[in-house]
Amino acid sequence: MRKRFGAFEAVRGIDVDVARGEVFGFLGPNGAGKSSTMRMIACVSPRSGGELQVLGMDPATDGPRIRARIGVVPQLDNLDQELTVRQNLEVYGRYFGLSRAHVRAKATELLEFVQLADRADDEVEPLSGGMKRRLTIARALVNDPELLLLDEPTTGLDPQARHLLWERLYRLKREGVTQIITTHYMDEAEQLCDRLVVMDGGLIVAEGSPAELIERYSTREVLELRFPTGAAPPAEALAPHADRVEALPDRLLLYTADGEHAQAAVASAGHRPLSALVRRSTLEDVFLRLTGRSLVE
Amino acid sequence: MTATEVRARSTGRDPGPVRGVLLVVEHAWVWYRRNWRATAVSSILQPLLFLLAFGVGFGSLVEGGEGVAAATGGPSYLVWLAPALLAVSAAQTGVFESTYPVLSGFKWQRHYHGMTAGPVSPAQVALGHLAWVALKIAGCGAVYVGVIAVFGGVASAGIVVSLAAAVLTGVAVAAPVTAYSATLESEGAAFSVLFRFVVIPMTLFSGTFFPIDRLPGWVQPLAWVSPLWHGTEIARAAALDRWQPWAALGHAAYLLALLVLGAVLAARLYTRRLQP
Repeated sequence: MRKRFGAFEAVRGIDVDVARGEVFGFLGPNGAGKSSTMRMIACVSPRSGGELQVLGMDPATDGPRIRARIGVVPQLDNLDQELTVRQNLEVYGRYFGLSRAHVRAKATELLEFVQLADRADDEVEPLSGGMKRRLTIARALVNDPELLLLDEPTTGLDPQARHLLWERLYRLKREGVTQIITTHYMDEAEQLCDRLVVMDGGLIVAEGSPAELIERYSTREVLELRFPTGAAPPAEALAPHADRVEALPDRLLLYTADGEHAQAAVASAGHRPLSALVRRSTLEDVFLRLTGRSLVE
Repeated sequence: MTATEVRARSTGRDPGPVRGVLLVVEHAWVWYRRNWRATAVSSILQPLLFLLAFGVGFGSLVEGGEGVAAATGGPSYLVWLAPALLAVSAAQTGVFESTYPVLSGFKWQRHYHGMTAGPVSPAQVALGHLAWVALKIAGCGAVYVGVIAVFGGVASAGIVVSLAAAVLTGVAVAAPVTAYSATLESEGAAFSVLFRFVVIPMTLFSGTFFPIDRLPGWVQPLAWVSPLWHGTEIARAAALDRWQPWAALGHAAYLLALLVLGAVLAARLYTRRLQP
C-alpha cells in the first residue's frame, strides 16, 4: 500500500495483516508515514497504490459502510467544544444511524467507562487535556466498533492520564475490540501491542511482538555509561566488553546479555564513567539499532 | 494470539444520502438550542435596527414626498421597503453563517473532521450546512415578519412568498461563500475583505432602499449580478402583488443557478479538504 502527496511519497509500500481481536501497533518517529497509513485505513484518504481491505471491504468503494463500523481517535481532538460532554456523544452517535434512545443509553454507559459521568452536563471547552482525550475515546466507541484506530492516543498527556487511558484500552482489548495504534512512545507500544511494525521513512523496517523484536534486534540488557564532557572513550575502546556499542551525544550504550558483568569489565579496564546504569532492552533500542536514530528527538 | 472473544458486529450503519444530511442539520440544531444567544445580535437585533433606522426613521423623513410615491409606485415607504429588508437580512445571515462557522469546522474546533470520521461524507456535511442556513434564515425571517407587521409594514399575505424568496436569496449567497471558506487556511483578511467589498456594496446597491434605476446607468449592471437584487425583485413583487411572471422566473433561475453551482463546488472542496 502506498500514499503520495504530489511529489512526496509518505508511505512507500507497506504490507501488513491485522487479525480480529488483535492490538496492532505502528511505531516510528514523526514523519515515518504512520498517520498517512492510519488515514487510509480509516477510509478518509484514498490510497495512491496497492490493495487495502478493512473488515473485508475496500475503502475505495465501501468507505461509508466501513466507517460506520469503526471507531477513530484522531491525533488532534476534534470534539464540538461548544456542546456538553454528553451532547458530544449523543450527536456523534446519531451519525451512525442510531436512535435517540440508543445513543442516550450508550452515552451514559460510556461516560461511566471513561470516568466522566460527573462532567456529563459541562461544556467541553474547559476540560483538561486528559479528559478531552477520554471523551474522544468514548465518542469513538459510540457505535460499538469492531475496529478502533488510535493515532498517537496519549501524546501530550501527563503520566497519570496516560496510565488511565492504557488501562481503558486494555479493557477494550479484553472485550475483543481490534485496535490499531500509532505511537512514537516505545513504552506505549510495549504496554499495549500484541504485535507491531517499526516504520521509518514510509517503509516497514521490522515486524513482530515487542518481546520478539527486542530479542531479535537487541540484547537482553543494556549498560548505559555517562562520562564527563569531552572525556568519553571512543566506542571502539569499549567494544571488547559488549556485543555492540552505540555512541549517543550524551552517553554510551553497551549491548550485552549481562550488564553487571560488562560494568565490572569496563571498570577493570580503567574507565571511570560519571554514572553507570544497567537496564533491560526496550523497543527504543530496537529502533536505534534499525535506523541509527533515537525515536524521540 | 490469545484473544478469546472477538467483538460482535458494530451497531453503526450508514444512515444513507438524505438522512446523513438531515443529521448534520440536527447537530446544528442541538448547537443552536444551546448557543443561540451568540448569533442573536446578527440575526435578530441587526435586522431590527435596519427596520427602525430606515423603515421608521428615514421613512418618516421622506414620507409624503412626490419622489417617494413615484419610486414606490403607491404604497408607503415602509411597506415598500419591508420585503427588501427581509432579503437583505437573509443575505447577510447567509454570508455570516458561511464564514467563521465553516472555517471553525475545518480549522479551529475541527469538528468537521470528527463528523466525517463516521459514515457521513464531506459532501453531506456541506449540504447539511446549507440546509441548516436555509432553516435558520426561515426561522429568523418569520420572526422578522412579525416585527415588521407590528410596525405596520405588512400589506398582504404575499409577504409569505417574500420570505420564501428571502430564504432562496440567503442560501444562494451562502453556497459560494461556503465554498470559498472551505479553501481558506486561516482567516487573514479574507472575511473582512468579503464583508467590506462584497456584502456592503451588495446591501447598498441592490434596490433595497431605492430603485436601481435611480443610479447612474453605468452602475446598474452591478445590481444585475447581485443575487440580492434578484431576490429583492421577487420579494417585493410578492409583497406588493406586482407579479411579472417571466421576470420572476428569471430572477429565481439566477438564484437557483448560483445555489446549485455553489453547493456543487462546496461539496467538492469539503471532500478535497477532509479526505485528501
